[in-house]
Amino acid sequence: MRCLCGVQLCLALMGGAAVCEPAPEATRSYGPAQADVRLTVRGTTDIARFEPVLEKFLARSDGVRIEYEQWGSNDLYLATDADCRSGHATADLVISSSIDQQVKLANDGCAAAYRSDETTGLPAVSNWRDEVFGMTWEPAVIVYNGNMIGDAQAPKSRFDLIDLLRPEDSAFRGRVATYDIEASGLGYLFAFADSQQATTFGRLIEAFGRSGAVATCCSAAIIDGVANGDYLVAYNVLGSYALARADENPDIVVVAPDDYTLVLARAALIPRHAAMPGLAGAFVDFLLSGPGRSALRSANLIVDTSEGVHAAMRLPENPEVSLRPIPLSVALLVGLDQHKRREFISRWRAAFPKE
Amino acid sequence: MMADPAARARISGSLRFRLAAGIILVLAIGGVAVAYAAFTYGRDAAQQSFDRLLVGAANQVAGALRLRDGEVVVDIPISAFELLSLAPRDRVVYGVFGDDGTLITGYDIPSPPDGDGMFFTGSFAGEAARFVRVTRQFSERSFLGSVDVIIGQTTEARRELAQQITRNTLIAVAAIGVGMAALAALAVQSALSPLHRIERDIAARSSKDLTPVDVNVPREISSLVHALNRFIARIERQLHVMRTLIADASHQLRTPIAALRAQAELAAEEPDQERTLKIVGRIHERSRNLSRLTDQLLSHALIIHRADTVDLEALDLRTVATEAVDQTDQSMPDVDRAIRLVLPEAPVMCDGDRLSLAEACKNLINNALNHGRSPISVFVQGREGHARIGVRDGGTGIPEAMWRNAGSRFAKDAGVSVKGAGLGLAIVNAVSEAHGGQMRMERPSEAAFEVSLELPLLSEDAE
Repeated sequence: MRCLCGVQLCLALMGGAAVCEPAPEATRSYGPAQADVRLTVRGTTDIARFEPVLEKFLARSDGVRIEYEQWGSNDLYLATDADCRSGHATADLVISSSIDQQVKLANDGCAAAYRSDETTGLPAVSNWRDEVFGMTWEPAVIVYNGNMIGDAQAPKSRFDLIDLLRPEDSAFRGRVATYDIEASGLGYLFAFADSQQATTFGRLIEAFGRSGAVATCCSAAIIDGVANGDYLVAYNVLGSYALARADENPDIVVVAPDDYTLVLARAALIPRHAAMPGLAGAFVDFLLSGPGRSALRSANLIVDTSEGVHAAMRLPENPEVSLRPIPLSVALLVGLDQHKRREFISRWRAAFPKE
Repeated sequence: MMADPAARARISGSLRFRLAAGIILVLAIGGVAVAYAAFTYGRDAAQQSFDRLLVGAANQVAGALRLRDGEVVVDIPISAFELLSLAPRDRVVYGVFGDDGTLITGYDIPSPPDGDGMFFTGSFAGEAARFVRVTRQFSERSFLGSVDVIIGQTTEARRELAQQITRNTLIAVAAIGVGMAALAALAVQSALSPLHRIERDIAARSSKDLTPVDVNVPREISSLVHALNRFIARIERQLHVMRTLIADASHQLRTPIAALRAQAELAAEEPDQERTLKIVGRIHERSRNLSRLTDQLLSHALIIHRADTVDLEALDLRTVATEAVDQTDQSMPDVDRAIRLVLPEAPVMCDGDRLSLAEACKNLINNALNHGRSPISVFVQGREGHARIGVRDGGTGIPEAMWRNAGSRFAKDAGVSVKGAGLGLAIVNAVSEAHGGQMRMERPSEAAFEVSLELPLLSEDAE
């Protein structure tokens, strides 16, 4: 996920009239230019990471051209919602990491139902109303620089993190980073899910507040900070991005926390007025099929959480208990409630005062 | 009596078909009723269950409302929505509205129809939805008024549950129906099996076998078997009468006819006219006897036949006696001996066949005329539960040793002369038995002999 800082203005105006036109961050086309059919896919995933998946799909389907647009999650939501209201969809498939917004779009009647053998085979937590489908498997992880933190200090869970931050003279003071939940839809989603999981979250943000942890935007910036030693630990980073960086930089260690690890499944939906719902469905089927899943795995969008696959990743002791996918359900709407969001952010902001 | 081979049993539908149609009708009507009941029940049950979830969620939201600086703060508990997500595929819409109807948070739902009801229906995102409104009153210094929490949910899970309840009920009903039909089929099969046993029993008989049907049958069919057996017995009796008639006729008629023929041949060859006349006289006498014998044979057969076929009716024996005497007088004008009628003042009633009784009576009169002596009287008596009609003459009558066999046919040893063919008393005996009575012979004094039919007296009240 790229930085969402540029759309903060729009975010602030969410719920009111959108005065800024939502726009893609980047666009690229794949497949033959004279193709008969064109599929417009909008996603929050970086083009570079999604490219191999798109190409693998195109290799299997003739005469298809895909326009891939990379969007910020809030802009993508606003654009899809606007399309839904206008009755004229400009995209055929929307894949977003902000699964709460995807569920809200489907709840508000902005998604078309799609049923196939692949979608009905999905577990209930990954399929809501046959309209929103969880495609990926991306744990929210703690990342640290193995070059700077020894095994003895390495945090294995949130409790470890709280303990590390407790001493007044802790080396970690001011060197722990996490998402700015106001700026990042995904950060908000993870933080809100954290608050549902355990009371640990309250103690954690309290510890963050006391130790002067840094709330910043964007996975890339956070992981860069860990790699170059600005930050010692990053909390709630998307495991898929962290592992991609760990492949390049052996100093980066990825920890799926022992107490619990949230797992995000990027959600796809076909907008209600999509021009090519059939082809979009075929793409969904591809992503859910064996070859599609292996392409997603190669792109680290499906993080293999089985033992020994990723050397840089430390798995929880009981993966079945600790790995908790965020289910696609109406409960996700609560986090999007205006009052709830305001209250939650104000609680969070107390620990991370704006500079 | 034999059935015309061309005649077929008139078939008015199959019992099985009728039973099947009846069962299907009952099951169909019952099925429709149960289906309707199940549908209604399922709909109501689903409605109630999911309404409770809706109220539970709304109450949770209403309970989490707080006031801060005179402003309502809505802190929706996630459990409220988890409750709603028990209907896993249904959309949710919600809104919290202030006292003046302004939206505090959530969706700007069009205001509900006015009314006291907690629930109302509407639509959301193009789907039917069920809404609940929960109002919370605040009476604080900083905020005085009410806040409405409205939560709506689409109705897919309700419909599914209602359909599931209906479907399961119908499956159960269908299973019961199939079971009932199978049991009914078995019951019909077993109910009809005695009829098949009777059919097999009758089909397996030889053409001469007229014994009663002896098959184990349930009570409901026993009357049929009784009727069948009575029918067989009647055929058997009638066949017996026929056979007797044929046997008697061949046996009794052959000899006198042969004798007549011999006499006639003798007369044809007799040159002497005087002797010819004598022979003719004998021929005449023999032919009269033959004629009476034929009458009696037919009469006997007729009476046995009537005993089976004619219904008895209440009648007065005095009229029977009068009739018999009148007919005797007419048929035998040459008889100069007077026949006296001894009748009581009151009617003597019994159930009987007038013709048979009169015939029996005439036979007794003829016997008395032919074999007895004057005075001859026909009497009727009614006493001690018996009605009697009989004839008395002044002769010695039949010797007592022969009374026992007197009722048999052609009891030659009964001392009956060649003139009397011996069928008269047999007829009287047969008539007595056909009327449920008996033939009695008595010798009230040395110079008197009487033969009578003793029948059950019909009491006066029964009339």
